[in-house]
Amino acid sequence: MKKSVLLNVNGDLQELFIEPHRSLLDVLRNDLGLTGTHRGCDTGNCGACTIHVDGLAMNSCLLLAADYDGSQIITVEGVASNGELHALQKALVEYGGIQCGFCTPGIVMNALALLKDNPAPIESEVRARLSGNLCRCTGYVKIVEAVLSLNRESDLAQV
Amino acid sequence: MNHPTSLIGRRIPKLDAPDKVMGRAVYGHDVRLPGMLHGKILYSAHPHAQVIRVDTSRAERLSGVKAVLTAADNPPTKFGYGKDNIPFKSIARSMRDEIAGVVAVDPDTAEEALTLIEVEYRLLPAVFSPETALGENAPLIHPSRKSNLFQTYSYAHGDLSEGERESKVIVEAQFNLPYVTHACMETSVVVAQFDLHERLTLWSTTQIPFLLQRDLSEALGIPGNKIRIIQTAIGGAFGRGLDIYPYEPIAALMAKKSGKPVRLAFSRREEFIAGPTRQPVVVKARAGAKSEGSLTFRDVHAVLDIGAYVSWGSVTPLVMMETTASLYRVPHVRFEADCVYTNNLITGAMRGYGNPQSTFFVETMMDRLAEALSMDPVEFRLLNANLPNTTTPQGLVITSCGMKECLQAVAAVADRSGKDVPDRGSLLEEHPGAQDSFNASGSSIARRSGSPKIKRGIGFATTLNVGGGARIYRSDGCGATVKVDDFGHVTLITGSTEIGQGSETILAQIVAETLGVKVEDVAVVNSDTDVKPWDVGVHASRTTFIAGNAAAIAATEARKQIFETASEIFGVPAEQLFAADGVVCSTIPGTTSKAKEVSIAKVVRQRHFREGGTIVIGEGWYDPPTQLVDKHTYKGNISAAYGFGAQMAEVEVDTETGQVRVLRLACANDVGRAINPMAVEGQIEGGAQMGLGYALTEELIVENGQVLNPDFHHYRLFTAADMPHIETIIVETDDPGGPFGAKGVGEMGGTPTAAAVANAVYDAIGIRMTELPMTPERVLAAIIEKGEEK
Repeated sequence: MKKSVLLNVNGDLQELFIEPHRSLLDVLRNDLGLTGTHRGCDTGNCGACTIHVDGLAMNSCLLLAADYDGSQIITVEGVASNGELHALQKALVEYGGIQCGFCTPGIVMNALALLKDNPAPIESEVRARLSGNLCRCTGYVKIVEAVLSLNRESDLAQV
Repeated sequence: MNHPTSLIGRRIPKLDAPDKVMGRAVYGHDVRLPGMLHGKILYSAHPHAQVIRVDTSRAERLSGVKAVLTAADNPPTKFGYGKDNIPFKSIARSMRDEIAGVVAVDPDTAEEALTLIEVEYRLLPAVFSPETALGENAPLIHPSRKSNLFQTYSYAHGDLSEGERESKVIVEAQFNLPYVTHACMETSVVVAQFDLHERLTLWSTTQIPFLLQRDLSEALGIPGNKIRIIQTAIGGAFGRGLDIYPYEPIAALMAKKSGKPVRLAFSRREEFIAGPTRQPVVVKARAGAKSEGSLTFRDVHAVLDIGAYVSWGSVTPLVMMETTASLYRVPHVRFEADCVYTNNLITGAMRGYGNPQSTFFVETMMDRLAEALSMDPVEFRLLNANLPNTTTPQGLVITSCGMKECLQAVAAVADRSGKDVPDRGSLLEEHPGAQDSFNASGSSIARRSGSPKIKRGIGFATTLNVGGGARIYRSDGCGATVKVDDFGHVTLITGSTEIGQGSETILAQIVAETLGVKVEDVAVVNSDTDVKPWDVGVHASRTTFIAGNAAAIAATEARKQIFETASEIFGVPAEQLFAADGVVCSTIPGTTSKAKEVSIAKVVRQRHFREGGTIVIGEGWYDPPTQLVDKHTYKGNISAAYGFGAQMAEVEVDTETGQVRVLRLACANDVGRAINPMAVEGQIEGGAQMGLGYALTEELIVENGQVLNPDFHHYRLFTAADMPHIETIIVETDDPGGPFGAKGVGEMGGTPTAAAVANAVYDAIGIRMTELPMTPERVLAAIIEKGEEK
């Protein structure tokens, strides 16, 4: 039986009428057209589908959308403001942390959550946190460098 | 004459990175067409079985199902490298064989319909190893062939018996290398649509758009000009996209039968089971050296399990052969390989294409020889290293060669062994609160290595890889067009393919540098076979060299046209002009100071707005001066340049658990010239991640034809926390044939890693690991076995 769900996604209210078995990932991609959140495994192992749910970074493939009625969701599409990349996004671009880019949205969301909890992480903390985001292209070197480059609170005004 | 090379060697961010970081790039999974339906495939329940009956009636009656397909829907033709494959099978030869397909309004409905298809099988005896497949009375996997032996390779140079006679030491070993897989973060996906003129458009993640047109035309029995391939943003490739696979013609058949566009996307589980793999190899190798250290011979026999269907993966012995014959200077070599059909997984091309396998056995044998001679492993390698401006007995014409420099560079890092590695430990295991202790330089290592159960070692390995294309097909060419518009905007239309490696940025740099414009003024179009000129495909680390040369030729032609007109404007000979930042300048003879300036945009407008006007458009085609190897001797110069590299691994082995922890991996690569050092480093660092997985964690466990670990929880990729400290060293040798001196680097990063790690493990615990991956179980078993021998 379908269920009514109200989500706040990237600041927009979205009224959905969905089957209860559908994942948040599925709904974001297919109902709302937010294809920046990627499906890499559907089993919570790769992190490509990471989004923020009420301020926490979560694998959206593991969440049932119907459970999140009333939640505030931020996806990678909601990170840049007024077309201006977030400092973390800029750093990932400039440090070469992006190759095929499929893992990138998940990395952005997870690293942002880390920086919110811990504005000045050391390398081991960045690596531990990002260990839930698989990347097959970069060996993580430049991703970690990019995150470390902005361990200053002043860069974290957004999100 | 151009401005001093201002754009070459710059760390320019990837042109498509802003779109990717904002989630705006459109991957295959994101393609959505009006009326699009979703396809799913039913795979065989058995590794070898005849399909007696398929009942699709219940599936067809399910609401939302638009079409169900079986072998009855197959075109009459076969496809693939061995022409042994078809879309849907009536005889299943592996558990990844497609039996039926469903097209439905959404993926869930299609999935549900699969469960309603009833298949009756008659089981056939199956073979799961080359050994049994070649045994007497083994069931034939393709009965039209007389044997399961698909192909053999036999190469030799010199005289093996002379090599043996000359040897002071001879070493011998057997190696066992596993199935691994590309594990692209994006699973395989394709969208197929026929237009009203029966023309097929395929949105694809392929690496070979033009060859795929031809392959699909064979598979579907339609002319190649009726097929258009559009490449989406590609979420990882690494060789996965170097072949045609059944799902591609299946998607087309689904679109045809349903009359609607169809998306067929693999689940991750499907990707592990039905996607291609790197073929497992069993290798017997012998090698010798003289007392003063020079190599005498190598004798290698490799047996490859190629699975139930042949792909280009069965050609990987060519690369294993190259490593065996030409990595270091070896006067006497024999290499033999057998490619054998089994009822196992499909195997294919994967980054390095045979080279990670062969470098593992060649380089661990090198270590054995050095030890047998009591020589330093680096000195031994330097003594035998490949040299510039030489031709190997196999016929490889080595021009630039920085192999010694690479070895010396990583040896210099080894001299700092244990001194400055920030030991991160295994963060997943340690308490996150205890982070502080990880950062002190060296102190934690000293603490750890003080423990008697932890042994530390260092190991080396090198690599030789084609770096100037690879003439696998009769053409190794790539086309390019450079057009300049009346705003000074430049478009490079290249045949090459962007798979994340950064080719579009490198090519834009080459074009911008050649034309004298800014990189941001260059747009790269590279994704549509209806638009772009022909190219072999993105493989063999060839794009920078081949597509780079083609782009440079096209840009040079466009520059000539611009200078022609500018020369008329200024009344100055074209030879005295140069261009930079979108402006053509005249020089005063004998000086380099500017005299007159005109924007390229204005020059182009001048060409447009006049009688008998013309456009600025340059065309380039580059096919390197190389040879197909001889069909019988396998000799010939397959590439216009060769890349070299060396790695040093520093490891700790826990002798109580068998856990191998890599603390540091130093990677030096001779790339000719780094057009974009950041992109070069990215290739090496990413290659290292794959190489470390091959060494330590990655293995598709296959039993009776079935994958037992088809998910990321059990197929372990290195995570950010697992990675060691990577030191990347770029060695530049300025290759005479490469664009601005550059050679390819795409595959080299991961090729020597497993050998370097295995050699380091030996250095630590005195055990030669011959089976990959070196899991704690395997290492501990070897430690126990060694203990029992004593």
